[in-house]
Amino acid sequence: MPRTSFERHLHDLQDDVLVLGSMAEKATYRSMEALKNRDLELAKQIIADDDEIDRKRFDIEEKCIELIVTQQPVASDLRIIVAVLNIIIDLERIGDHAEGVAKIAIMIGNEPPLKPLIDLPRMAQKTGDMLRRSLDAFVNRDAEAARQIAKEDDEIDALYNQVFRELLTYMVEDPRTITRATRLIWVAHNLERSADRVTNICERVVFVITGKMEEIGVPNVRGS
Amino acid sequence: MATVSDRVRNATTKQDIREVTTHFEGDKGILEVQTLNAWYGKTLAIKDISMSIRSRTITAIIGPSGCGKSTFIRCLNRMHEVSHGGRVSGSVLLDGKDIYARDVDPVTIRQRIGMVFQKPSPFPTMSIFDNVAAGLRLTRLWSRRGDLQEVVERSLRQAALWDEVKDKLNQSGASLSGGQQQRLCIARALAVAPEIILLDEPCSALDPAATLKIEDLMRNLAQEYTIVIVTHNMQQAARVSEWTAFFLLGEMIEYGKTVDIFSRPKDKRTEDYITGRFG
Repeated sequence: MPRTSFERHLHDLQDDVLVLGSMAEKATYRSMEALKNRDLELAKQIIADDDEIDRKRFDIEEKCIELIVTQQPVASDLRIIVAVLNIIIDLERIGDHAEGVAKIAIMIGNEPPLKPLIDLPRMAQKTGDMLRRSLDAFVNRDAEAARQIAKEDDEIDALYNQVFRELLTYMVEDPRTITRATRLIWVAHNLERSADRVTNICERVVFVITGKMEEIGVPNVRGS
Repeated sequence: MATVSDRVRNATTKQDIREVTTHFEGDKGILEVQTLNAWYGKTLAIKDISMSIRSRTITAIIGPSGCGKSTFIRCLNRMHEVSHGGRVSGSVLLDGKDIYARDVDPVTIRQRIGMVFQKPSPFPTMSIFDNVAAGLRLTRLWSRRGDLQEVVERSLRQAALWDEVKDKLNQSGASLSGGQQQRLCIARALAVAPEIILLDEPCSALDPAATLKIEDLMRNLAQEYTIVIVTHNMQQAARVSEWTAFFLLGEMIEYGKTVDIFSRPKDKRTEDYITGRFG
């Protein structure tokens, strides 16, 4: 009954997180589109749009500070706001990784393709999907779903290892491919990092619900 | 942090006040409350409270009005039985000995477990000096003027009031500001060298600056004394206390580390109360 305005603010705050999440998700898909279709205009657009993601993130952060100052939240209210403060950093970084992929797309420009892109789009698809579901788990307060999504990071890591090995083979066989192959490894690395950020988000979701900090699914790549 | 025994060793006066009034073995001021019930006539005000209050910490009791928190701390120094129809069952062990045992004199208990009330209550006709000395004179713990002066100064220093009143000790206690009056009451409680200090909403009549001063004081005192504070200001409980107990309708719903109570309470009722979604 009481604190209806605070409840509304908390609700709006989570809506804002969903908006930021969808911006980061879209950037992830579009950067892969730009790379695959060699769409340099789109790549430039993604880089420009990243400013908007950054702005949105600071906007949400300010709202969090305002709620802390004016409402002195405790217990689950406090955990939600602390989680939001952390999640928006992860979302902003996912946006940066998408921007990173867009920059690589521009770098590659019109060079002849090294190979058809199959696993990289798959990684982007999976990462975007995990991201969307992790935020659904956040608003639905679904710790089980969050733990499950975090575990799926293993699939991303497996894809990353596969891409890495494949590109390494190209380079070993023909040193002229080194520049192009390295750029694609950077792409894979950006996506792998994005998926790790999703794991962070899942950990925050579990924290909101249980009050416990839990590390779920320790990443198992790093070099290989 | 000076322990109590350090303080005795370093005492400059021949008779450290505590030596006169209490003994000094081990950790003083541990309260063990066991299935405590308290009635007003036929009305049961608190039900089966069991909790252990740790030595030299600040424990906060929070809960909505009428939840029994004030009644509870009044049971801790046998003040409840003074109220009309006040009756208590269960036991409260102070350093292992039941304060409700037949052979225990409640006056001695109230001297070992001091209390400060919501409204600053200096004795209006007494000077600042006499206010602090009152308890000592009443309990006939002190007679020599010289020693008395030392204790009064020490108590006022401990209550962080000395510098503000040292030049006007003969003025009326009522001439002080609300915050100063409350610190005077704390000094008065400290003068008889209690082990435990109970504070019942000590800041509710004070402005924010005076409140923060009292809170600072509490934290300093907690190095030597065990403090139990009743407050309906939850931010205050969060700021000063190490342990928090949440009371509702005469029952203790949850008791734990303050940081846990305010970040991840276990009970839904605690959560609802502290997040303001109560009722």
